[in-house]
Amino acid sequence: MIREGSRILLEVRGLRAVVNGIEILKGIDLTVRSGEVHAIMGTNGSGKSTFAKVLAGHSAYQVTGGSVLFEGRDLFDLSPEERARAGVFLAFQYPIEIPGVANSHFLRLAYNTVQAQRGKEELDPLEFEDFVRDKMKLLEMNPEFLDRGVNEGFSGGEKKRNEILQMALLEPRLAILDETDSGLDIDALRIVTTGVNKLSTADNAIILVTHYQRMLNYIVPDFVHVMRAGQIIKTGGKELALDLETRGYDWVGAEQPAMAGA
Amino acid sequence: MSAVLQNLVNQPYKHGFVTEIESDIAPKGLNEDIIKLISAKKGEPAWMLDFRLKAYYQWLKMDEPKWPNVKYPKIDFQAISYYAAPKPKKKLSSMDEVDPELLRTFEKLGVPMHERAALAGVAVDVIFDSVSVATTYKQKLAEVGIIFCSISEAVQMHPELVRQYLGTVVPVGDNYYAALNSAVFTDGTFCFIPKGVQCPMDLSTYFRINTEESGQFERTLIVAEEGASVSYLEGCTAPKFDTNQLHAAVVELVALDNADIKYSTVQNWYAGDENGLGGIYNFVTKRGLAKGTNSRISWTQVETGSAITWKYPSCILQGDNSVGEFYSVAVTNNYQQADTGTKMIHIGKNTRSTIVSKGISSGHSNNSYRGLVRIAPTAAGARNYSQCDSMLIGDKCGAHTFPYIQVRNQEAKVEHEASTSKIGEDQLFYFAQRGIGSEEAVSMIINGFCKDVFQQLPMEFAVEATKLLGFKLEGSVG
Repeated sequence: MIREGSRILLEVRGLRAVVNGIEILKGIDLTVRSGEVHAIMGTNGSGKSTFAKVLAGHSAYQVTGGSVLFEGRDLFDLSPEERARAGVFLAFQYPIEIPGVANSHFLRLAYNTVQAQRGKEELDPLEFEDFVRDKMKLLEMNPEFLDRGVNEGFSGGEKKRNEILQMALLEPRLAILDETDSGLDIDALRIVTTGVNKLSTADNAIILVTHYQRMLNYIVPDFVHVMRAGQIIKTGGKELALDLETRGYDWVGAEQPAMAGA
Repeated sequence: MSAVLQNLVNQPYKHGFVTEIESDIAPKGLNEDIIKLISAKKGEPAWMLDFRLKAYYQWLKMDEPKWPNVKYPKIDFQAISYYAAPKPKKKLSSMDEVDPELLRTFEKLGVPMHERAALAGVAVDVIFDSVSVATTYKQKLAEVGIIFCSISEAVQMHPELVRQYLGTVVPVGDNYYAALNSAVFTDGTFCFIPKGVQCPMDLSTYFRINTEESGQFERTLIVAEEGASVSYLEGCTAPKFDTNQLHAAVVELVALDNADIKYSTVQNWYAGDENGLGGIYNFVTKRGLAKGTNSRISWTQVETGSAITWKYPSCILQGDNSVGEFYSVAVTNNYQQADTGTKMIHIGKNTRSTIVSKGISSGHSNNSYRGLVRIAPTAAGARNYSQCDSMLIGDKCGAHTFPYIQVRNQEAKVEHEASTSKIGEDQLFYFAQRGIGSEEAVSMIINGFCKDVFQQLPMEFAVEATKLLGFKLEGSVG
C-alpha cells in the first residue's frame, strides 16, 4: 500500500546485466518504497526472472551497468549471503532440492543466521520446532515437511509453500517472489497468497514477478510494470494487469514507446 | 608418549624384543633371509614362518594388478625396508614444538586437549585418564573371555586360534598385495569373541594407535564364535603424519553361526599435497567370511585419505540366511585416486546383501566404485540391493562406476541403482539466498548425501566423520 512517509527501500537505475555474454537487462529503472507491492509482468524471455536473480546476486549473471541501492547501500558491494542477511529475499521459481538435509535443520540454520545478523536471539532445535510449527499453520503445511529433505520429493505446490514459509521465518525487508503462482492449483494459490498478504507490512515491500493477472486478484499490487526485452516499458496501477489479461502484451510497446524506463 | 601408558599397552613386548631391537632396521629389499629375520625377531613358531615363506614364493610368481582405475609409478619392492622395530616416535618436549598445522587440525576435529599432546608425540609425564581407561578396558574384556591384543602377542599366547583362522578368509596367494602382506606383516590386531558373548563395548584400535608406529603391513584377524557379536572401530580421525609410501594391510573376519561382526573404518591417511606429491598408497585386502547360519558381517567405511585407495571390503556369504552389508563414503580431493567398492559372494541359501556407496570427487581427483555381486548356483533365494551414488564438486574431477553382476541362480533377486549429481551454482545460490555461506552449504549438502552411510557409524565416529568431511573439502568450492 502506498503510504505517506514511507522510505525508499530499493532504487534501481539503468541496470544492465548479461548471462553467457548475452545482454538480458538493458537499462532498468525502478523505485520501491516500504509498504508497497510491485508486480512485474511480461512475456517469457522479457528478463523478469533475470532481474530477480540479479538483485539476489546469482553468480551466473554479470552486472554490466547501472546501480542498485538497497536501503541506501550499494547492493553490489554485498555477496549473495550478505544481501540475504540484510533482508533481500528471493522466493525461487524452481526451489532447489537438497536430498538428505532435513528441512527443519535447513530452516533453523537460515533463521538463526539472519537472527544473528540482526543481533536477535537464536533458537535451539526445540524452541525452533514450536516457532516454525506456528508459522506453518499460516500456510496450512503439515508438520511432517520438517522431517523431510529440503524440497525432496515435494510437489510443485509444496515447494512454493516451503518458499513462503522461509519468507515468514526470515521476515525480509524486500521479498521478490519469482513466479510463485506457477504450478499452484486454486486452493494452493489462495493459501500462499493469503500467507504473503499477512506478511506484508508498512516496513517491508514485495516484488511479484508473474505472467498472469490471476495472482493479483489475491495480492493487490500498488504498481504494475510491464517488461519487454530487458526494459520496463510501461508502468501503471492494478488496472493495468486487468488490461493485460484481456488485451495481451502486444499492444503495450506499440502504444507508448515513450514511456520506456518511466 | 607416556612411558607408563606405553608399558601398559605394550605388555606383550615385555617378553623382550622392544628394548633388544630398538634400533633395528632390516636392510632394504625382500628375500627369504629377510622373512626369516622378521620371523626370528618376533620369536615365531615354525608354522608361522612356513606361512610367510609360502606367501613369499606365491608373491614372486604374481604380478601387480593392472585393472584398477588408478595411475602411479612402478613401485620398487626391493627399495623398501620390511622390518623396523616399533621404536617410539620422536619425542617433543612441549606443545610449542608441534607443527601448527597439526594443532589446527586437532582443533577442527575437536580432539580433546589432553589427547592432542599424545597424538602429536609430545612427551607427557603420565596421562592418568588414559591409563585408567586402558586398564579397565582390558579387565572388562578379559572377564567375559574376549581376547583383544596385537597379532604378535596372539601368535605367542594363542597360537592354536591364530593358526586355525589366519589365512582362511584371505589365502596367502589371494592377490599380489595380500601375498606380500602375508609374507612380511609385522603387526596388527587379533580379536576373539567366544561363543555366546556380546562384546560389552566397541573395540577400538585407538589405544594401540597412540602407542605404536603402525606398520606398513598390518594384519587383522577377528573371529566371532557362535552367537557372539562385536563392533570394531578402526582408525582414528586424527591425521597420521606417516611417511610410508605403501600401506598393504589384510583384514580377515570370521563369523560362525548367529554371529555378528560390524567393522567401521574412518581412514584419513596422508593424501599428498595439493599438487599430488606424496601420500600413502593404500592397497588393502579386507574380507569377511559369514561362515555360519544366520551370521552377519557389516562393513562401514569413510575413506578420505591416501593418495591412492585400492580397497574392496567383501563378504563371503557361506552360511544359509547370512547377511552382508557394505556402507561406504569415499571422498577424493586434489589429485587423489580411489578405486574402492566391495564383493558380495552369495553361496548359502537366502543370503542377503546390501551395498550403499557414496563417492564424492573434487579437485582433480578420480573416484571409482567397483563392486561385484556374485550369486552362486547354490544360493537359492539370495537377494542383493546395491545403490551407488556419485557427487562431483567442480569440473576437473571424475566419478566412475564399475558394477559386476554374476547371477547363476534363477531364484535370486538383484537390484542396482546408481546416480550422479553435482554440487552446482544453483544449489549454493539457494543456500546463499537464505544467508548461508558456501562452506557451510557444501558441508550440509555432503552430509545429506552421505546420511545413509553415516547413520551406520557408531555415534562419536559419525560426529567425527561429519567434521572430517567438512574439513577435507574446505575451500573446494568457492
